[in-house]
Amino acid sequence: MTYARIAKDGLWDNNVVFAQMLALCPTLAVTGSATNGLGMGLATTAVLLASNVLISAVRHLVSDEVRIPVYIVLIATLVTLVDMSLNAWAHELYKVLGLFIALIVVNCAILGRAESFASKSPVLASAADGLMMGLGFTAALVAIGGVREILGSGTLFANAHLLLGQGFAFLELTLIPEYRGYLLMILPPGGFLVVGFLLAGKRLLDRRLAARQAAASLSLAPNP
Amino acid sequence: MNLAALRAQLSYQTLLLGSVVLLTSGALAVASRATDADIQAAAARDLQASLAQVLPGQYENDLLKDTVLIGAPDGAVTVYRARRAGKVEAVVFQTAARGYAGPVVCIMGVARDGQLLGVRVLKHTETPGLGDKIEPAKDPWIHAFEGKSLGAPPADKWAVKKDGGVFDQFAGATITPRAVVRAVKGGLELFAREKPRMLGELKEGQS
Repeated sequence: MTYARIAKDGLWDNNVVFAQMLALCPTLAVTGSATNGLGMGLATTAVLLASNVLISAVRHLVSDEVRIPVYIVLIATLVTLVDMSLNAWAHELYKVLGLFIALIVVNCAILGRAESFASKSPVLASAADGLMMGLGFTAALVAIGGVREILGSGTLFANAHLLLGQGFAFLELTLIPEYRGYLLMILPPGGFLVVGFLLAGKRLLDRRLAARQAAASLSLAPNP
Repeated sequence: MNLAALRAQLSYQTLLLGSVVLLTSGALAVASRATDADIQAAAARDLQASLAQVLPGQYENDLLKDTVLIGAPDGAVTVYRARRAGKVEAVVFQTAARGYAGPVVCIMGVARDGQLLGVRVLKHTETPGLGDKIEPAKDPWIHAFEGKSLGAPPADKWAVKKDGGVFDQFAGATITPRAVVRAVKGGLELFAREKPRMLGELKEGQS
């Protein structure tokens, strides 16, 4: 499997949220705003990268019969280590990301990648897969969070400086001034609605692309 | 015996699972020891910072070491005391009320005359984008409490405007600010009731 294929899989074709439909629980829980989506996405990417590398490194030692408990123990340990180190040595960041880190443990996408990719692939490819799956997840969360935030509160990336530092305060936009807010979009049902519409949009786009490709290859085909 | 044959054996699998759990618990124990002091220090710094937020001005003592436990309707409350010239000038303590999605925990600073010096929300699980305007980073609403006391505004005006009080509510979220107002009012009532003990000026013979 080439790196280009891995990247395309993670970012689009096999996207964690929009193709695998995994990790919906943390997705719906944190995507009330684009900033929260970004924070959850980045924290998940870091853990996914580390867990893929670790599991790929020990893949020859692990028996099929006990692989699931071994992976779960490794992932849970990794998340706890990240949680403790951030709390001790990057406390400001921890205060923003702390909530998300605990949620990563329940993210089945991480176990999913360990099972379907890292346990069968070399370390470097697994690292690339973890990174790309993580970035695809981050992009999906930011997209969902962005739509919900714009419709729900009329802003985009509000409070980004709490997550990224004062240098990123320029990201914070008020798109609809004096907006009274559309509560449904902020609440979990709004998350389901936005995920559904974005999913339908992606399917539509994929179908259009496939149709165009089919038409192109048809016109290129030599006449019999 | 090669690795593939070994992996199929039950004893190897048991041993593998056991060693993985042993190694990871060991790693966690080491990490816990290594981070514990820093985590405690960070928590103390956080507490100090939140105390300083509701307690403007300079005080001579270390608030974290000058505390007294006061019995309140729902559990004991730790009261931090700030002194000038040995006299308690202000106290800081936590207070809570039920919000929309769980308890809203506030910390409040009260001067010895009963005036509010400041209020901050420490912990809440309110709806993001609606109820979280009680955080000063998102909305200046919480500053409305500064300078208020039990008599001013009068007791029946200690409510959000929708309930005929003086405090604003948020568009789409009334329950959250209502909870904060209730928590602060409860804290002030506790101060009024326990003032001698909080200030450490309990006279002989009083309980």
